[in-house]
Amino acid sequence: MKKAEKIRKGDIRTATRLIRNIEDNVPEAKSTIRSLFPFTGKARVIGLTGAPGAGKSTLIDSLIALYRNRDKKIGALLIDPTSPFTGGALLGDRIRLQRHAEDPDVFVRSLATRGALGGLSKAAGDSVHVMDAMGKDVIFVETVGTGQQEVEIMNHVHTVIVVLVPGMGDSIQAIKAGILEVADIFVINKAEREGAGKLYQELMYMLNMVDSFPGGWRPPVIRVGNLFEKEVFEKNIEELSQNIDAHYRNLVENDLLGDRVRRKVTAELNEALQVSILAPILEQLVSKGEFDNLVDKLLKKETDPYTCAEEVAKKYLRKQPLKGVTG
Amino acid sequence: MAERKLRIMVAKPGLDGHDRGARVLARCFRDAGFEVIYTGCHQAPEQIAASAIQEDVDVVGLSCLSGAHRYLFPRVVELLKEQNASDIMVIGGGVIPKQDFQMLYDAGISEIFTPGASLDSIVEWINNNVKLT
Repeated sequence: MKKAEKIRKGDIRTATRLIRNIEDNVPEAKSTIRSLFPFTGKARVIGLTGAPGAGKSTLIDSLIALYRNRDKKIGALLIDPTSPFTGGALLGDRIRLQRHAEDPDVFVRSLATRGALGGLSKAAGDSVHVMDAMGKDVIFVETVGTGQQEVEIMNHVHTVIVVLVPGMGDSIQAIKAGILEVADIFVINKAEREGAGKLYQELMYMLNMVDSFPGGWRPPVIRVGNLFEKEVFEKNIEELSQNIDAHYRNLVENDLLGDRVRRKVTAELNEALQVSILAPILEQLVSKGEFDNLVDKLLKKETDPYTCAEEVAKKYLRKQPLKGVTG
Repeated sequence: MAERKLRIMVAKPGLDGHDRGARVLARCFRDAGFEVIYTGCHQAPEQIAASAIQEDVDVVGLSCLSGAHRYLFPRVVELLKEQNASDIMVIGGGVIPKQDFQMLYDAGISEIFTPGASLDSIVEWINNNVKLT
């Protein structure tokens, strides 16, 4: 049986190996993804981002339990950073999800960011496709949200949930930097803690300043309380899931799903172009030592980055130097 | 270009809450450039095997300080085998008496590390013995 076919039948070993081949840049992986591509686009993809320790994995765990009760098949991609120094990574999000480990309809896969050149989002986006093609109904994507790169990952999901916790003074600062624009739902997690009210007020204040929301969807702010106060907690999670569903309905009703999908496809094309055009050139530059030479020249102020880029473009992109490559 | 990165799972089977050693190892493996999946304490062998398969790890490192290694370690190997995943190597560590080594080797545990084993020696063993496919 062909790999793509096995994956479509839900074979976990083949699927997880394909994800690994994407991560490891095995050329053959691309062709399998290609043959899976027509079978994607059915799953609901939900992204969660927020500071470390905000409770993203625990929220996913509860949401999985809730969607399993509705008999949905689940995929979860948990993304943690790679150490830029050793290339290693400690992937610990899975700990919170282990009660679902034996459930054959829950497929959890940890991914390391692997650092440079958008390698992260490439693997994440394609991994979503793999799970989608496996027939998962709901796919969760978890990232640590601190910067631009994480926001890019959110291009691959339908609904973005930004998880905040009280008592982190700069949480609002952090979301101002860009995560705010991508949030469809805010969660104030650990909402029984001191400072939750203030955080709520700040969020409201911020949202009140926005003139109009696409599709009229004003991101709701959901407060989720202590996990050990079972009744309240479960009610909060139910409310969260209702908002996730409502957001999806809003996308559909306002014809915004197309925009989301377009955003996603645009990001994927961008990444594919990077991998196919930029990455091979960079690799040659680095292996020939040209890259270091250019850096040295820049340090000595003998040239500037734009001139360098134009020279590289002339040399490697043979036909006409492309306008805009440098800009 | 294509470059395989070693993926390893560090797991604590059974009712044993002493995970300092497992955490030290997880960190050490990260520093060795591996991608480490840590699943926390109190894991049933079934959870460990299922997670190892989902995560596509090359090797599972089991830590046990409770004395139940004679059942728990072989059970993980058995479950992997049942799920056609016997290519995933299983190694173990913890408070394990010498006289149990052979029994564990026979059950398919590839290597045992006991207190006193240096972190470097464990990483070296993994680098020399785990084949990336």
